[in-house]
Amino acid sequence: MLEQLPILSLLIWIPVIGGLVIMFGPGDRLLAVSQRLGLFLGILTLFLSCWLGWAFATDTAQMQFMENNRWIPSLNIHYALAIDGISLPLIVLTSLIGLLVLISATAAIKKRQSQYFAAVLMLTGLMNGVFAAQDAILFYVFWEAMLIPMFLLIGIWGGPNRVYATVKFFLFTFFGSIFMLVALIYMGREADSFAIYDLQNLPLSLTEQKWIFFAFLLAFAVKIPMFPVHTWLPDAHVEAPTGGSVILAAIMLKMGGYGFLRFSLPVTPDAVAEYAYWIILFSLIAIVYVGLVALAQKDMKKLIAYSSIAHMGFVTLGTFIIVYLTASQAQSMALQGAMVQMISHGLVSGALFFSIGVLYDRMHSREIADYGGVVNSMPIFASLLMLFILANAGLPGTSGFVGEFFVIIASFQADWRIAMVAALTLILAAAYSLWVYKRVIFGKTASEAVARLEDVTKRERLVLFTLAILIIALGVYPQPLIEIMQPSLEKIIESATLTKIGGLG
Amino acid sequence: MNIDLMPMLPELFLLTATCILLLIDVFSKDFDRLQTYRLAQLSLLITGVMVIAQFPDLQYHLYQRHFILDPMAGIVKVSVIALSMVGMMFARPYILQRPILRGEYFILHLFAVLGMMVLAGGGSLLTLYLGLELLSLSLYALVAMHRHSTLASEAAVKYFVMGAIASGFLLYGMSMVYGVTGKIHITDIALYLETHQASLTLRFGLVFMVVAMAFKFGAVPFQMWVPDVYHGAPTSVTAFIASAPKIAAFALVIRILGYGFEQVLIDWQGMLIIMATLSIVIGNLVALAQDNIKRLLAYSAIAHVGYFLLGIIAGTGAGYSASFFYIITYAIMSLGGFGCLIYLAKGKQEVELISELKGLGQRNPWGGLLISFLFLSMAGIPPFVGFWAKLEVIRAVLDVDLVWLAVLAAVMSVVGLFYYLKVVKVIFFDAPESEIKVKAERGLRLALGITGVAVVALGLFPAQLLEVCRQAFQYL
Repeated sequence: MLEQLPILSLLIWIPVIGGLVIMFGPGDRLLAVSQRLGLFLGILTLFLSCWLGWAFATDTAQMQFMENNRWIPSLNIHYALAIDGISLPLIVLTSLIGLLVLISATAAIKKRQSQYFAAVLMLTGLMNGVFAAQDAILFYVFWEAMLIPMFLLIGIWGGPNRVYATVKFFLFTFFGSIFMLVALIYMGREADSFAIYDLQNLPLSLTEQKWIFFAFLLAFAVKIPMFPVHTWLPDAHVEAPTGGSVILAAIMLKMGGYGFLRFSLPVTPDAVAEYAYWIILFSLIAIVYVGLVALAQKDMKKLIAYSSIAHMGFVTLGTFIIVYLTASQAQSMALQGAMVQMISHGLVSGALFFSIGVLYDRMHSREIADYGGVVNSMPIFASLLMLFILANAGLPGTSGFVGEFFVIIASFQADWRIAMVAALTLILAAAYSLWVYKRVIFGKTASEAVARLEDVTKRERLVLFTLAILIIALGVYPQPLIEIMQPSLEKIIESATLTKIGGLG
Repeated sequence: MNIDLMPMLPELFLLTATCILLLIDVFSKDFDRLQTYRLAQLSLLITGVMVIAQFPDLQYHLYQRHFILDPMAGIVKVSVIALSMVGMMFARPYILQRPILRGEYFILHLFAVLGMMVLAGGGSLLTLYLGLELLSLSLYALVAMHRHSTLASEAAVKYFVMGAIASGFLLYGMSMVYGVTGKIHITDIALYLETHQASLTLRFGLVFMVVAMAFKFGAVPFQMWVPDVYHGAPTSVTAFIASAPKIAAFALVIRILGYGFEQVLIDWQGMLIIMATLSIVIGNLVALAQDNIKRLLAYSAIAHVGYFLLGIIAGTGAGYSASFFYIITYAIMSLGGFGCLIYLAKGKQEVELISELKGLGQRNPWGGLLISFLFLSMAGIPPFVGFWAKLEVIRAVLDVDLVWLAVLAAVMSVVGLFYYLKVVKVIFFDAPESEIKVKAERGLRLALGITGVAVVALGLFPAQLLEVCRQAFQYL
């Protein structure tokens, strides 16, 4: 029955329209209705995305669930949606995280809750759109439109310095992506089509590729974020409400990585080969330097934010190292590593931000120094957080290990020095993760308030246990995920290693 | 002699209706001028229907070729009429509260529309000039309506003096062109340029005309009057000036540069590039420093004119249609932007500073949302229509390989976003200073709703309008 439905459109528009309905329908006056409707829509979206995963054919790199309608004929812009093995896991992740944020918000958000629900739902739908769009302009529309609910999310429900943070966030990402728009229009003219597939097959000279590469780099590097354009992220994270942080870390950052895979590698392979060296260098700096910065943080959210940047360094490293690899097995291993790292980081950082949210809701402080001895009053929470912290440090058996391990092995085959530096993260991540855990959870009970903390509520337990189970499952048995991605990744490798210049003659 | 008056029927009807209205208004005892207002709206509506009814599918040159009837003129007329109707909806409640409630207000409005319609269909330098003057004189009088306000009087004098100089320039340029070519029709000038080398005098004439058009548009370096006039004029007049006349001025530019002087594209392209670049940069940068919303919108208007010129610069059919799309959508956003100031005014107390919008999102969720839509659209954020306008003009300049200009336009739009966000931020993130809800009358809410919905609807489904704009230039 579901086969006949335009399922990707539903995944986008159910939450978006649902969000609007909640905002202007029941609103805050009928909060219970808004809550139930919001949760129902969240569950429906997750259900649809899971069904998508179930019906997805894993043995082909073909785009699936294709929808293609003319949108703007005079510009040859289409409303084209489809997914492959790269989009699918990200869409499922988006729908899942969206729902979890809604669940946790029912208790955590006190003011204008229905509008918060609306913003989160719309964000979920638009992010699904980013991952499903097969037309470059449609992609851009989702990519930018998504900024608006996030802007409101941080700006309305954020911390004391929220306005500065949210404006910085908006401007940074807009600045990054506006060049992408110019590049897309340029290519759209050349190809006389905005279909991503056509752009990927468009022959481009090396000079053109270089410019386009930099335009994309700016957009995706800001989003993912790469050193040195990462400075908006700690600000945004610190000021964002828990749900905002979770969405930011778990999904928005992945869009940068997704963009590299979907656009940079296939569209500008020669420029990638030319500049991969620099990207790898900056990734390594991110991994080591930002890891060190994370060590020095006093604010828990900032610490996780910096650790996110370091972890994203692995994604860029895995993506661009393939240029220096010759064996196709090593290449696909690198990309698998990058993808698994993205999904895993989505789960782990999401879980960590939820955990900080749990503490913040009780203590209204994110300062590490205010805590200590939390284990005495919150044993269940402490053990869950232990798992998340270890996953963040990349402990084998958790999902955090798989991606990093793949990337390090692959880069070892390119150059052992790269692998050496990258492997430093195992020490650094363990250091900052475990150290913050020790300071917050163990030790003497810091204050009266800490001693009186109540352990996780049912609702929080639902959220955290869901993530914990997924983290372990992915760590122990990542094979299904890899199988889903494998054909699509191979296609990317194929197009990324072919030169485009020859075609011009 | 047998003259078929049918093609000019809408113009003739509007002229007659306006004159009759003038008489009715003189003898009207209706203190609220409700009657005049309704009749004015009605005559615009009928004129609009007439224009649509005889919408041309081809280009016709009529009345000794002084009058052109083509799709472009048709679209200009329709959009000008539609915008003027919404503009009057904004204007009525505003002037009701102030000592400018006179029947003449609406009548001048109608004369301005007539001027714009003549301008849109101008086939010779003469008709173009006549249309422009009819429009300009009506606007000067509208700005001066608020007799007792020093700001408005200052604005009116500035506008008039500047406008008169610009008209002088235009006439001077036209006389030079006529002196050299001996032709007054646009098509004849184009033919002349195909067979003759452009002489120095002709080029001088062209420069004068470009300068005059830049004056009318308010492109840098001829922008000085814009902030003062926009600020000083009664807000309802500003909303009108900033919307429909821009579309008419577009018609002027296209008729002269696009149709008449296309052969010497190379001569005017450079001038426009400089003006566009300066407008985009200066407009956006100076807007950053404004606290007053009207001035902010005025500087943003200068920047938008720069963007709009990008399409003209391309000098191609695609470029013109991009500019056409840009100016129509900008006119809608601009009308809405100034309209929201009327919407927010509390009685005689007008909203001046950005900080007065604090917490509007909580006091008036709908109003706050619509205003944010308008501002985000001006910033060019999808899914609002401003995005497509920006996309189109960037595409147009890329078409002629002016990549640096496209990049500059893109970068400056980030600056633009910053000051638009400043307004959105105040609306949604700042705590309200008072609990007073905005109480606007129904017509006003409807007018704001129309502009807000147009911005969203055209943003989601721009195909139709884009196609219409493209077809307007299929003969070029």
